Amino acid sequence: MEITSIAPWVLLLPLCMFVFLGLTSHKFSGQTSAKIGTVAFGIVAILCYYIAGQYFFGSFSVVNENGYEVFNKTGEVYNQMTIFNMEWMKMTENLIIHIGFYLDPISAMMLVVIATVSLMVHIYSYGYMFEHGHFDEGMSRYYAVLSLFSFAMLGLVLATNIFQMYIFWELVGVSSFLLIGYYFFKPAAVSACKKAFIVTRFADMFFLIGILVLSYHAQTFDFDKLNANNAKLVMDAFQITAESKGIAFLGFPLITIATFCIFLGGAGKSAMFPFHIWLPDAMEGPTPSSALIHAATMVVAGVFLVARLFPVYSFAAPEVLNAICYIGAFTALFAAIIAVAQTDIKRVLAFSTISQIAYMMVALGVSRFGNHETELGFTASMMHLFTHAMFKAMLFLCCGCIIHCVESNEMKHMGGLWKYMKKTWICFGIGCLAIAGIPPFSGFFSKGEILTACFENGYKAIYIVMTATAGLTSFYMFRLFFHIFHWQENEEYATMKHKPHDQEWQMTLPLIVFAVLTVFFFLFPGFNNGITATRGEMEMPTNWFIEGISIAVALTGIGIAYVLYFKKNDMPKQIMDKCPELCSFVYDRMKIDEIWYGITRSFIFGVICKSIAWFDHNCIDGFMNFCAWITKHTSYNTKEAQSGNVQQYVWVFIMGVITIVFLAVY
Amino acid sequence: MIPVEFYLVVSTLLFFIGVFGFIARKNLVGVLMSIELILNAVNINFVAFNRYLFPGQLEGYIYSLFVIVVAAAETAVAIAIIMNIYRRKGNETVNSIKELKN
Repeated sequence: MEITSIAPWVLLLPLCMFVFLGLTSHKFSGQTSAKIGTVAFGIVAILCYYIAGQYFFGSFSVVNENGYEVFNKTGEVYNQMTIFNMEWMKMTENLIIHIGFYLDPISAMMLVVIATVSLMVHIYSYGYMFEHGHFDEGMSRYYAVLSLFSFAMLGLVLATNIFQMYIFWELVGVSSFLLIGYYFFKPAAVSACKKAFIVTRFADMFFLIGILVLSYHAQTFDFDKLNANNAKLVMDAFQITAESKGIAFLGFPLITIATFCIFLGGAGKSAMFPFHIWLPDAMEGPTPSSALIHAATMVVAGVFLVARLFPVYSFAAPEVLNAICYIGAFTALFAAIIAVAQTDIKRVLAFSTISQIAYMMVALGVSRFGNHETELGFTASMMHLFTHAMFKAMLFLCCGCIIHCVESNEMKHMGGLWKYMKKTWICFGIGCLAIAGIPPFSGFFSKGEILTACFENGYKAIYIVMTATAGLTSFYMFRLFFHIFHWQENEEYATMKHKPHDQEWQMTLPLIVFAVLTVFFFLFPGFNNGITATRGEMEMPTNWFIEGISIAVALTGIGIAYVLYFKKNDMPKQIMDKCPELCSFVYDRMKIDEIWYGITRSFIFGVICKSIAWFDHNCIDGFMNFCAWITKHTSYNTKEAQSGNVQQYVWVFIMGVITIVFLAVY
Repeated sequence: MIPVEFYLVVSTLLFFIGVFGFIARKNLVGVLMSIELILNAVNINFVAFNRYLFPGQLEGYIYSLFVIVVAAAETAVAIAIIMNIYRRKGNETVNSIKELKN
């Protein structure tokens, strides 16, 4: 098969499915829609695997716009390939926006991630949405939006230019909004979807500013041109030299502002502090969609964005990378601390997602172009993105199984489930071990590389913070694990009509697939030779000192969790009673939401909106009222003329004639 | 021969008396009579100018005859309307007819 002929279908097929399922939702039952959607996405997934496989292991070529033939691999280095690129929007002669299909190691890797997770979620949702013997009425809608999301996410990672990425970026935002608000009859879900949309949209405003500043100076949107030759185009456009930072704006170098604004867009989607507030609330959506969107794919879009523009960041704005790394480290620790105190199992996972994405950001932040050691962070970040997508999707899907049985999200309604749900228990355990960083599970490799990258590039403080976060991570994950599956068995289970049990194959198969991917990750080829900043081969170093420390820290975390939560005891309560204020402060997510609400109410509503409202009421409405007043009074005063009294008309007429004659004569 | 200006002065006076009557009279019959005065002023002009400018021709006389005929017809219609109004309203002032207003 020709790559160029099948590539468009990767985007077209999910889009067609969205339109088809959306338009026929009243014709088919939810079951039929689900089957159609799953089969169609299965085809898309096969295409994605085929393209990624051809890119990494095969050999093919495309003709680029200059007429040269580009192969997927030159020697040991993977090339960036534009499979197709067509004109989309022609604003002016110079400003043309293309839509295309861009392959390089990170987008090929993202193809695999999206295809795998999305396909598994399609299959899993079939079982999950089947509740109490009948299908959910909105199931066609659910599958349609799932297709829309897959389309948008694939378009985002395959974007050839930053504007296409922005369009698809907004599309993922919309489909995330629709999926969070899937249960639109629940007020919590409605407010959560609005919150998610508004917060990410607010961050996207910065993204757009960044895009405009960057591309106005660089005169192009194309990643190919922006990144080419060590971001030479950007360096020249912003007049950056070794001595100066180039064009300045308000005392800051413009390139710093532009790239930082672009990062803020990514921070919104990837839930970096202080834009993280939407992600925990987004858990109001159906659990499979949380697994897909809010754990594995959409939330890593910010990481992907920074990775995509990595040459620009690394050469033109290394100070922004530093900022990213500090923001990331803070977010990682902050989210991990909050996760310790949460009782809603999906919220715990949400905060752990924030924390793990922050790991990826940190890894990108400490990374620079230069030699293998400094580039390690990039590879580690991409590796963590991959492994995290797999094990976090699995954890979320396990949560879905548990919620399905227990019909509650709260930890206190769970306990002792291991007897009833053996498969879920094992998969959840694997996921927890992986996220804690225990060998040989996938998380161990990626997290170890991130810590090594922090340590070896001289970010010692960050390294310590990240190691502490790793300890916290293993603690709260195992707190969750023990609380759900051990602790004390809930007596209600014995009397329940449907005892908790492992789910049917549609829901178990995805768990097993992800578990296999997590356990046997070390057998995978690819990450040593491919997904690197220079797209070449790279030997991943193993620093046993750092690995040893991280394993020790993780085991300590697990040990503490074991002591506190394996069997029911009073210790956790005693500890919490010692500092109730701190506990409730952390439980309330450190009041960050309240700060946002406060800012929104007092500043945005109180100052900006009020003054705009005043202007609207008094100036705009006032002007309109003034016009109306003038019209009214003029007509009141002139309506006497139209009396209907013919004699008066004749009088005026005669006088007019006399005047005209008088004027004509003289 | 009497100069033409005399005729013109008479007809102008007649015309403006008619206009005044038309504007000032409230009684519909009075208004109708004022219209007759205006038409008669025009007739005087027709006849006078015909006599002075084109003595051998008859167009002016014929026109004035036309005007008299039309005025008679118009008066007949108007009187009929006024009679009806008087029957309905009990008076025949201009102000009483305002059904079409508003």
